[in-house]
Amino acid sequence: MTVEKNVLTVSELTRQVKYALEGNFPRVWVQGEISNCKHHTSGHLYFTLKDEGAQISGVMWRSRVPLLPFMPEDGINVIARGSITVYPPRGNYQIDVEQMQPLGVGELQIAFEKLKQKLAAEGLFDEEHKIPIPQYPERIGVVTSETGAALQDIRSVFARRHPSIELILYPVKVQGDGAAEEIAHAIDDFNRFGSVDVLIVGRGGGSLEDLWAFNEELVARAIYASQIPIISAVGHEIDFSIADFVADLRAPTPSAAAELAVKHRADIIENLANLCYTMQEAAQNIIEAAKTKIGSAVSSYSFNRPRDLVREYSQRTDELERTMNTAVLHATQAACQRQQALAHRLEALSPQGVLKRGYTIVRHRGKVVTSAKILKQGDEANIQFHNGEVTTRVEQ
Amino acid sequence: MTTKKIKKESLEGSLARLEEIVDALEHGNVALDDAVALYEEGLSLAKDSADRLKAAELKIKKLSKDIDGKFKVTELDEE
Repeated sequence: MTVEKNVLTVSELTRQVKYALEGNFPRVWVQGEISNCKHHTSGHLYFTLKDEGAQISGVMWRSRVPLLPFMPEDGINVIARGSITVYPPRGNYQIDVEQMQPLGVGELQIAFEKLKQKLAAEGLFDEEHKIPIPQYPERIGVVTSETGAALQDIRSVFARRHPSIELILYPVKVQGDGAAEEIAHAIDDFNRFGSVDVLIVGRGGGSLEDLWAFNEELVARAIYASQIPIISAVGHEIDFSIADFVADLRAPTPSAAAELAVKHRADIIENLANLCYTMQEAAQNIIEAAKTKIGSAVSSYSFNRPRDLVREYSQRTDELERTMNTAVLHATQAACQRQQALAHRLEALSPQGVLKRGYTIVRHRGKVVTSAKILKQGDEANIQFHNGEVTTRVEQ
Repeated sequence: MTTKKIKKESLEGSLARLEEIVDALEHGNVALDDAVALYEEGLSLAKDSADRLKAAELKIKKLSKDIDGKFKVTELDEE
């Protein structure tokens, strides 16, 4: 082997490689999958970027890591921006990454992840901050659009389950410029106003952009600050919104929120009747025990208290027993009757509700027509609408 | 214990207190006079709760503020 005069030391060669590489790739964009990701105790991030055919070591220095809009993990595809550097002691080259973004994830998604991490770190999602939802609310505040489907959905659930509820709407914009401000402001105002038992904050389903107001920091902070318990109701069954994480309870849709907020009124009334009944039984037992005591006291040999006092006491017990029996009877009966009346009311109302939606009932000679075959040409038919009837003749 | 005070309470509070009373009467080893007082309170709570559940029509209102920043609650217009 002939030895050339111009022999380089390893260091010199490496230095030349370093100049060549670093000079040619001062700033590159590279796309690849993260693997071997290590968050070093020093705060620096070490990883490998790879595709099917090659790999390159990567490093991100401590100062840049907190600016990342996501948590780098193995398997995430990213676009990274950085410069190629050579590390002579090991003879290897790597990409010194300044910034990277998860691939195929929009700006909104990145902002979402970033805010989520930030608020989680501040403890806004912590369980111990969640306020229990009252079991028997009477006034329910709703923060949503006055014209949206959400209000109608909530309203029909209340009308069906518990019409004694008072619904108080604070109308807000739920998407577009200024929506987040309006929602946050409405929550603050309800807290100043005070007299609602629970708040439902939300809107019907939409795209990530449509629902964006519910991912804004302003709204999250207003929910967190609220002294009134909040049920979030952002119509997006699969994904969560930031509002969902902060809220005291999360519902997948506005209807579901309304259902979580109120029990069936008939169930509450039944519970009330049961309580009255148990109370009567318990009081009855106490009276019986007292009577037995008096009886044995009177008959006992050692009895030496004034007889009149005992008689009086005994008489009073009997009186109380009587009032108790009649009063309880009335209370439980009233509760039961109310429950039945309610059930009837619901039955009576339901066909009317259907008619209001545009359906009609057709009758021929007083009988409901359930098939087109029943009517023949020239037959007279009555059509019932929710607000009246018309008579018509079948032409064909 | 006045009826006025109970009236101001919520359905939530009334039912919780009623449950407490029932529990005390059932397991509390309560003296007769106390039992009667509890019982009367319980009945009044039950009646009050039943009254609160009477309204047949859902009330729908709107919260807004007037120019002075005072809250006002108005009926929400029907569609």
